[in-house]
Amino acid sequence: MAERNIRNQPSEDLPVRKDEPQVLIKDLWKVFGRDPKRVLKSDLREKSKEEIQKKTGCILGMKNINLSIKKGQFYILMGLSGSGKSTLIRNIIRLVNPTAGSVIINGQNVTKMSGEQLLQFRRKTFGMVFQHYGLLPHLTVLDNAAYGLKVRDVPKGERYAKAMRTLETVGLKGWEDYYPGSLSGGMQQRVGLARALANDPEILLMDEPFSGLDPLIRRQMQDELVELQEKLQKTIIFVTHDLHEALKLGDRIAIMRNGEVVQEGTPEEIVTQPADEYVQEFVQDASPAKVLTAGSIMEPAKVLLYAWEGPKTALTLLLSNKRKAAFVVDKNHKLLGVAKDESLAKLLDKGEYIEKIPQSSIRTVPTVSENTILEDMFSIITHNPYPVPVVNDDGRLMGVVTTDQIFESITPAEGDENG
Amino acid sequence: MVEFPEMIDIPLAKAIDAGMEWLLTHLDGFFDAIGFVILQVVNAFEAVFLFLPWFILIPLVGLAGWKLVGKWKSGIVFMLLLILIGSFGYWELAMRTLALVIASVFFSLLMGIPLGIQMARSDRTQSILQPILDAMQTMPSFVYLIPALMFFGMGKVPAMFATIIYAVPPVIRLTNVGIRTVDREAVEASQAFGATPRQVLFDVQLPLAKPSIMVGVNQTTMMALAMVVMGSMIGAKGLGMEVLIAISRIEVGQGFEAGLSIVILAIIIDRITHSFSEKK
Ligand SMILES: Nc1ncnc2c1ncn2[C@@H]1O[C@H](COP(=O)(O)OP(=O)(O)OP(=O)(O)O)[C@@H](O)[C@H]1O
Ligand SMILES: [Mg+2]
Repeated sequence: MAERNIRNQPSEDLPVRKDEPQVLIKDLWKVFGRDPKRVLKSDLREKSKEEIQKKTGCILGMKNINLSIKKGQFYILMGLSGSGKSTLIRNIIRLVNPTAGSVIINGQNVTKMSGEQLLQFRRKTFGMVFQHYGLLPHLTVLDNAAYGLKVRDVPKGERYAKAMRTLETVGLKGWEDYYPGSLSGGMQQRVGLARALANDPEILLMDEPFSGLDPLIRRQMQDELVELQEKLQKTIIFVTHDLHEALKLGDRIAIMRNGEVVQEGTPEEIVTQPADEYVQEFVQDASPAKVLTAGSIMEPAKVLLYAWEGPKTALTLLLSNKRKAAFVVDKNHKLLGVAKDESLAKLLDKGEYIEKIPQSSIRTVPTVSENTILEDMFSIITHNPYPVPVVNDDGRLMGVVTTDQIFESITPAEGDENG
Repeated sequence: MVEFPEMIDIPLAKAIDAGMEWLLTHLDGFFDAIGFVILQVVNAFEAVFLFLPWFILIPLVGLAGWKLVGKWKSGIVFMLLLILIGSFGYWELAMRTLALVIASVFFSLLMGIPLGIQMARSDRTQSILQPILDAMQTMPSFVYLIPALMFFGMGKVPAMFATIIYAVPPVIRLTNVGIRTVDREAVEASQAFGATPRQVLFDVQLPLAKPSIMVGVNQTTMMALAMVVMGSMIGAKGLGMEVLIAISRIEVGQGFEAGLSIVILAIIIDRITHSFSEKK
């Protein structure tokens, strides 16, 4: 994740994510072909995709998928081409009807909905973004962005006002009257995103939205999406086959193969504990620096100075531990900064009695939060001689991370390479 | 030569004749009603074209050539060509032919576009219609004239009936293909926002299929023009009849003039309808 987790000053809270599951997928199957139910009834259901195809001619799109996605989560579906990612995302909104199983969203069973109910539900719950944008070439950018509202019969004035606002959010102000054909790929996808956001949907479905873009534009769009998500806190289901994209964006990742989910977990779990060879292959060129967080490798500070105990005690403590400097905290365990032995000695040289270590002898240092990934700490450790303090949202010192620790945890363990 | 055994005799011709007979006795009123509607429409078009004087119509076509085809030169050429028809003395007959063509196209589109939409929506409809359309297009056009004659007698109506049957397949086909090849994601986007099938049709499928549908309209129009000439054989007045008369009298020059007039109409109609398919 971008640099937003590096804070010199503890800033205000990230919004807290609610914990209720918003999308619940239960035993979901999709078989394409003639009489697909037959495949599920027989013992073929245990067979692999190829076998089913050879015996019946049916194509297994999804096999017994179970997932639970919480509100506000950025959920990634990943897997090779043909693994069933699009099928799954299309089933959620019922652009494809599942063969068996259910999709439950906000407690409502989408698979059981009648035609009219389904239309209403799609209108108020979903926004969808497509790989090739899916824009309407005969409508202007503004009309495209307003399309979802038009479907809902929102009056023209209101429709355009809202669409204008979302176009501004995605950075397309001034392009309203152009046609999509005259825009670059990245900009067309912004229109797609604006169209999806204009409805203010609870759930955003994105099927490889950035796959068609140049690497640079792609990275830029990813950064912007991260930023947007910080603000909007939507539930996002996002398909990609790019691991780096998945690690950068995802809160959780499900990895699919031949219609099955083979592993599901946080980016860190996926990269550090791949469930099988398939996943291993996926993540092999993933740097742990991109997934390991400061919180996962920090250790308690060995030497800690307490501001209220005064410079004399502090200096003694430093000397007895053979240290030149250490972190200073206040009574609430809040990090104040680093105090050096020289500056403490200077204070004492004056001969006066000083009750508390004064702020003037403490140097503030850059801090990180527990969620900061190691990669984002590289710039800090290159400019900073001290270990990096990890603080929580209130500025309390949770632990420290040393340069050695960072490098130790990102170099692959012995044997992993050849094993 | 080895004779084909006579025992194997599938009496298709007899069956069809019997079917025709049945239709004629039982659905007489039905065909009368259809004939009446067709006649009213074609008469209305004819009235318009015969009412419009040449010195208004020619500049109108010139203007259409300029604005629609996009070049002022086309407009000038169209006007000169029409003046040529007038100079042959075929102005009135050309107008009658034109009315017949336009009325036939009108009915063809009225039937063809909805059928094409239906065909695009259902694979079953497509698999039923496809062979019928193939048959309609490969059947020699004369064959339609006979039943048309039996249903409606002589005159404009059977000519138009045969024309419609002959000319409708391209617009059905191309509407179907046009809708089926619309960008899948555009359709899904519309559906994902909760659009009803009707909204999907009018917001996405028809606008995106428009170029293809317009190619269908163009082809249908050209086929209608070709068939209308055949229609003269069963009594539809127009340029085709002039050709027939010239043939029977072996008057090469006159036949050529009438034929050239038909070609001129074809060129102008083709360029103008073609321009619809090119614009966005
Ligand atoms: N309409 C369909 N009819 C028959 N088979 C289908 C259909 N749609 C998808 N499939 C099959 O289902 C399987 C999963 O396809 P899906 O499109 O979900 O894969 P994907 O993971 O999205 O792949 P990609 O990364 O290429 O987009 C594939 O084997 C595909 O051939
Ligand atoms: Mg896909």
